[in-house]
Amino acid sequence: MRFAVIQFPGSNCDQDCLHALRDDMAQEAEYVWHKTDSLAGFDAVVVPGGFSYGDYLRCGAIARFSPVMAAVKTAAADGPPVFGVCNGFQILCESGLLPGALIRNRSLQFVCEEVGLRVETSDSPFTCAIPVGTILRMPVAHGEGCYFADHETLRDLETHDQVLVRYVDAKTGEPVAAANPNGSLANIAGVCNRERNVFGLMPHPDRACNRRLGSEDGKRIFQSVIDTLAGRRPAPKDDAVLAPVGA
Amino acid sequence: MQSEPAITPELVAKHGLTPEEYQRIETILGRTPNFTELGVFSVMWSEHCSYKNSRIELRKFPTEGPRVLVKAGEENAGVIDVGDGWGVAFKMESHNHPSAIEPFQGAATGVGGIIRDIFTMGARPVFSLNSLRFGPIQGDGEAVRTNRRLFAGVVAGISHYGNCIGIPTIGGEIYFDESYQGNPLVNVFCLGVLRHEQIARGAAKGVGNPVFYVGAETGRDGLAGAAFASRDLTEESKEDRPAVQVGDPFKEKLHLDACLELLATDAVAGIQDMGAAGLTCSTCETASRGGSGVEIDLNLVPQREPGMTPYEILLSESQERMLIIAKKGREAEVQAIFDKWDLPCARIGVVNDDGMMRVKVGDRVAAEIPARALADEAPLYRREAKARPPEPPLDLATVPEVDLHAALLTLLAHPTIASKHWVWRQYDHMVRTGTMVAPGSDAAVFYVREAGKILAATSDCNALYCKLDPREGARIAVAEAARNLACSGATPLAVTDNLNFGNPHRPENFWQLRECVEGLAEMCRAFDTPVTGGNVSLYNENPDGAIFPTPTVGMVGLIEDETHVTTQNFKAEGDVILLLGEPGDELGGSQFLAVVHGRKEGLPPRLNVEHELALQKALRDLIRTGKIRSAHDCSEGGLAVALAECCVSGAEQIGAAFWLEGIRDDQMLFNESQSRVVVSVAAEDAATILARFSEAGVPAQEIGRVGGMELTAEFRHTTYSWPVETLRETWHDSIGKIMGAS
Amino acid sequence: MKARVIVMPKQAVLDPQGNAVRDALHHLGLDAASVVRVGKFMEIDLADAGDRPALETKLHALCRDLLSNPVIEDYRLELGE
Repeated sequence: MRFAVIQFPGSNCDQDCLHALRDDMAQEAEYVWHKTDSLAGFDAVVVPGGFSYGDYLRCGAIARFSPVMAAVKTAAADGPPVFGVCNGFQILCESGLLPGALIRNRSLQFVCEEVGLRVETSDSPFTCAIPVGTILRMPVAHGEGCYFADHETLRDLETHDQVLVRYVDAKTGEPVAAANPNGSLANIAGVCNRERNVFGLMPHPDRACNRRLGSEDGKRIFQSVIDTLAGRRPAPKDDAVLAPVGA
Repeated sequence: MQSEPAITPELVAKHGLTPEEYQRIETILGRTPNFTELGVFSVMWSEHCSYKNSRIELRKFPTEGPRVLVKAGEENAGVIDVGDGWGVAFKMESHNHPSAIEPFQGAATGVGGIIRDIFTMGARPVFSLNSLRFGPIQGDGEAVRTNRRLFAGVVAGISHYGNCIGIPTIGGEIYFDESYQGNPLVNVFCLGVLRHEQIARGAAKGVGNPVFYVGAETGRDGLAGAAFASRDLTEESKEDRPAVQVGDPFKEKLHLDACLELLATDAVAGIQDMGAAGLTCSTCETASRGGSGVEIDLNLVPQREPGMTPYEILLSESQERMLIIAKKGREAEVQAIFDKWDLPCARIGVVNDDGMMRVKVGDRVAAEIPARALADEAPLYRREAKARPPEPPLDLATVPEVDLHAALLTLLAHPTIASKHWVWRQYDHMVRTGTMVAPGSDAAVFYVREAGKILAATSDCNALYCKLDPREGARIAVAEAARNLACSGATPLAVTDNLNFGNPHRPENFWQLRECVEGLAEMCRAFDTPVTGGNVSLYNENPDGAIFPTPTVGMVGLIEDETHVTTQNFKAEGDVILLLGEPGDELGGSQFLAVVHGRKEGLPPRLNVEHELALQKALRDLIRTGKIRSAHDCSEGGLAVALAECCVSGAEQIGAAFWLEGIRDDQMLFNESQSRVVVSVAAEDAATILARFSEAGVPAQEIGRVGGMELTAEFRHTTYSWPVETLRETWHDSIGKIMGAS
Repeated sequence: MKARVIVMPKQAVLDPQGNAVRDALHHLGLDAASVVRVGKFMEIDLADAGDRPALETKLHALCRDLLSNPVIEDYRLELGE
């Protein structure tokens, strides 16, 4: 598969994403500079973390107007998976590709630590290889990761099964307040759009793809995308067992 | 034509230059300097830039070794070979004075400066550490609140800059002591990697080569900051407000990427960061190193504010700027790369061969100074030194026996010993996906993917020891750094140091400096770790007195194999705990004495270098057998604190029981004797491992077992017991609670 | 009664945020934007104004100590209905 890793001035997880995809997932991955206006030839798009354009004004506020974001919007409309991590999630929200917004952490401090994440649905190209209820461990590192949306949007998200991952206690699997690193509503860590091909999350799967880093759980998210692209469609929602390859 | 002030003795004095120094300037120029030239000399000959009070001492450091690729003092940072054609460039630098005035921006621009030092060497910065010291933060009152504000501001500033630029802050140390009240120390360390052939030089070579100014516009910020950092802090210095620079990490990230792209093209003859003393320093230093001259036109320098004088432009310390000497004919390539990264870039001058730093404003010459004399021929001083009488050894009879159960909790809650989790959760310590051991263990461990190398790094200095015995304290700082690396499985490679002292004109301060330098030098030789560079920060003094002498040691080591990476926390129920080294009994200078008894006195522990070397070598050898499950050195708070940390510093907590025999229980628990490490091993391996240490001549004994949910100390007459949960909460949450309360 | 406080980066201090916004404005076609500076605006509702001169003194003190950082920022205080 060929992944595009978008590079904004100020992206700083671009290299981490590229290396996770190439070295740990054995995929093709290329940087795409923010001044580029086409994403032709890529199977999937990753908007990595960092501080695009310095994140001045609001996170992602300036990035959404870059030429490459127009291309990302076109790509998203065509259906291939678009996947935003951390600052990438903020940019996708600012661009209107995902509902809601990310505001300053409740603690008002940057927070960098490992969190527990519960997979809430397997019905998405990003979680299709992970059974519902699985607890993943991966780091967060952000100052503005508190997920916010109005009542109606939140209800919509739940109705349409768009919350893909939630912050939970890694031992009990419960979405308790102590496990919420930033004050996100309903412990939401990541959501997808109604069409289910655009996904954003605050935690960093790119930082959890190698044993050296203490967790390889991030691979399962990337693997879901790879499986989807390879034509292994997501399993039906109630079916916890994935169809074997080629079946 | 602007009129400049006339040169008077008062003006000379105001620039911090002595009459003798002024004489020397006249001799060098063969005439009276103008106002601009006086300003240029004053910053270049400040302690911060010239090391005029310390350079003679610094020559005592070992700087050579088979791994040294770029020696201390040759360039912005030293470079050490790590094998397979890869090198590492690293350096530590202080930003103490700016942080005292404006903690957030002071610390942030400190981080920015050290990162620039590394990437202008051609190295990609991969991680940072920092060593911070503040006045006490526990309790109430004006001073304590100020200390908390400084601490919070510095941490936020480091977090802001490091996180935004995407370089992980993976470790360091933080101490709290009254001596740093009003004089916080902010020492920042950065390390980068590069191929041997990529080493970039800060030299202006090649007559006719164009000189480019790259980056942010010059404003009036940080005017004469270098001179500012070379004075005592007084009430008035709070009014020195123009000396505060504002950093822009986003801009610097562009610089970093653009520079590394540019340096890969071979179109660059020389490159230099504009740090302290800005344009002045970068111009005359590159010319001096290149044995050439440089001529620049200030009208071509991008300026943020209208009406700036040559004096102001030359002395400004605006951040995120660099000087680049391109190769003639390659200008377009340089321009294209900076255009790609949207960085302003202006051709401001040319390299010539007359050895002069010539600054013009259009056709008018504003300053004309021999570059070498300015950069390298500052007067050097050997100041008067006066030894303090040696501290008498501690008389144990004067130390009343106290509740030791409470004492351990008091120590664990003390901010110097307590977990720094509140701090490093604010640092992005995981970006660049190489952090194998996060902050909080003995040393940080980082996998550098470009090079396929595992590096360990630590910074250490027990300044209380240095206050009580500067030479011994400095020796211990090096030994402890090396011991921390050994506990992580690493072999030490080299050292960078940051010498923080009071005003060198006071004989006791200068004596402390000399003793510490000699102590560091001796141990760097013993450990075969050359000093590759560093920084001197003097005048850390306010009307209440000087700081403790603080020669911070940053040490970098190499771990050969992933399986050798070792952490401090106990791993499994039933493991046997071994104490390497003698149990010891030295309580002088200990944290127990300082924190529990309020006494900062006594002779600090003595270091036996042969014992230390044998211990570290044997420990590394045994770590390589894969049988050492955890290793933690005994430092502040002694054995009891070390064991408590082994129980509670991991993701999962576990208890332990240990037993000891000695004259007094407090002495056994809390003495800080050197050359001691606590390791845990599987029960079935214990006998073999004890035998191996014994063969290596390292005292080792079984002192306990891992298991249960309590830490228990069994003595002949008494048993002390602490629930692990209590230890964890006390140690882990202490700083957060203190800071939450402010 | 309302107090309005405007905090702006000092003229001589670099404002990276302002510069980034200016560049974005240029990018979106507003070439005329020459300088952008980004500050903060605060609105304080005051229940019982009491002694107005004393209140004003107190507010100025708080503007200096809390609401702005005099090392890098200037403030402007407006008291009104």
